[in-house]
Amino acid sequence: MRIDVDHVARLARLGLTEAEKKLFADQLAAILDLAASLQKLDTETVPPTAHAIPMKNVLREDKASPCTDVEAIMANGPVIEDHMFKVPRIIEG
Amino acid sequence: MDYETVIGLEVHAQLLTASKMFCSCPNQFGDKPNTNICPVCTGQPGVLPVTNKKAVELAIKTALALNCTVEPSSVFARKHYFYPDLPKNLQISQYELPLATKGHLEIEVDGVKRKIGITRVHLEEDAGKLVHQGAARIMGADSSLVDYNRTGTPLMEIVSEPDLRSPREAAVYTETLANLLRYLAVTDAKMEEGSLRCDANISLRPKGEAKFGTKTEVKNINSFRAIEKALLAEEKRHEEVLSEGGKITQETRFFDDVTETTTGMRGKEYAHDYRYFPEPDLVPVEPPRTWVAEIKATIGELPWQRKARFVGLSVAGEAAQLLVNDKPLADFLDAAVKLGAKAPTVANWLIGDITAYCKENKKELAGLNFPPAELAELLTLIEKGTLSNKIAKEVLFTALQTGKPVKEIVAASGMTQISDEGELLKIAQEVVKSNPKQVEQYKGGKEAVMMFLVGQMMKATKGRANPEAATRLLKQALG
Ligand SMILES: [Zn+2]
Repeated sequence: MRIDVDHVARLARLGLTEAEKKLFADQLAAILDLAASLQKLDTETVPPTAHAIPMKNVLREDKASPCTDVEAIMANGPVIEDHMFKVPRIIEG
Repeated sequence: MDYETVIGLEVHAQLLTASKMFCSCPNQFGDKPNTNICPVCTGQPGVLPVTNKKAVELAIKTALALNCTVEPSSVFARKHYFYPDLPKNLQISQYELPLATKGHLEIEVDGVKRKIGITRVHLEEDAGKLVHQGAARIMGADSSLVDYNRTGTPLMEIVSEPDLRSPREAAVYTETLANLLRYLAVTDAKMEEGSLRCDANISLRPKGEAKFGTKTEVKNINSFRAIEKALLAEEKRHEEVLSEGGKITQETRFFDDVTETTTGMRGKEYAHDYRYFPEPDLVPVEPPRTWVAEIKATIGELPWQRKARFVGLSVAGEAAQLLVNDKPLADFLDAAVKLGAKAPTVANWLIGDITAYCKENKKELAGLNFPPAELAELLTLIEKGTLSNKIAKEVLFTALQTGKPVKEIVAASGMTQISDEGELLKIAQEVVKSNPKQVEQYKGGKEAVMMFLVGQMMKATKGRANPEAATRLLKQALG
């Protein structure tokens, strides 16, 4: 099975070289082949699962606490203005 | 050709929790930008989100009030897209397995009741806020500033079936829903502040046709008034395109409140491909039946049930609706009635003078130190004839303003109605004596002059005369 690497790369906002496209197309094809082989298994009696661990209802009480690490988070932004992250034009036109 | 309009709505409501959806940052509006942020809601590597129990509870409460089935198991999913207000490049939402499904909400449009299907109620997290530079909106802006305080705010999405048949129905549906959500105290539902948002899907089909036409999604509807306007504009555009034999393109369109038109988004991303998959950091929510039952028990009487009960207490339908639209008012009425006050009278004072006072002074009834017992006291004084209606209004105003008890205000001001008829008769005689011209007119058959004379009595008593007694005693004085 092949995959449209250009499409996947565009969705993930990745710029790939031709060599990388070839490399990833082959790797992704191998992954899809593995998934295809799993499809052949009889799962009639197996309930669908969203998670690998049998846990549910991990909930926290609704309590607010002061925010820490704020300035460390802000330090990730290349340009800060008025304590906000400055980003370039979002929509061209 | 005649067309039928088909509308479905997606309503997003910010939930009234103390903390965010998956972290303990405060969920509050209006703070300094980027102060209520943490490694979890800004998506730093290695963090672990944990679901807010209260948010789940509020969504279940809503789902039950909307007659939905709370699903035995629901799962959070990652919805991927790129936008600067989304620090993780994904939004935690629910997709294939939402919290609740298949309900309905009854609405009444121009006297006709209609049941609108609810497809699903699910939980997700809100995105951040953008402040555009160089232009008022995103189009034409040179750059934007991002505030992540809102990122991760618990958001509930309520999706309707395509059951709405006109822009007006869509507006009524949204208002009915917003009133319900406010009544349940799950959100403050302020569209202007963005705590309630609405996206609308609209399509037209030839009348009698079963198949839906191509739909467009209208965004940027920022007020209750704008819902009907935006959909009327989009409905008209569809009709024009279709009647000229054209085709509607499935797309997202922005509503412009000023021009009252919709425009397609230029530079819009290619077809949505959100690559949903189960959020690996969050385990399924499987609300135990006992918990759901407990939540159900907290709902009590729903607004439409309460309205019917008020109407049963002789409150006019419109007044009853206004009261249940504002739960503290409805609670106030019930409390005052319990103390012996008559429901229709309480309703009149509540939606009349009391609401007017609150609006004028931008105050909430709850913050006024004017409990239901005070209104009940005031109404008793009117009923007993101690206070005239006019004076009672003044007492009310003073009570609302000062927070002093009605009894104290009345005692201190000597504003009670004059009940001594001998004293009133003396005043009536005075009025007759000092207005000979009007007395002449009255005696000549001009009965309307009595109104003037009663007015003079009111003036002389500073409103402390009972109008009926005044009329009677004036007639006596006129001989
Ligand atoms: Zn946080």
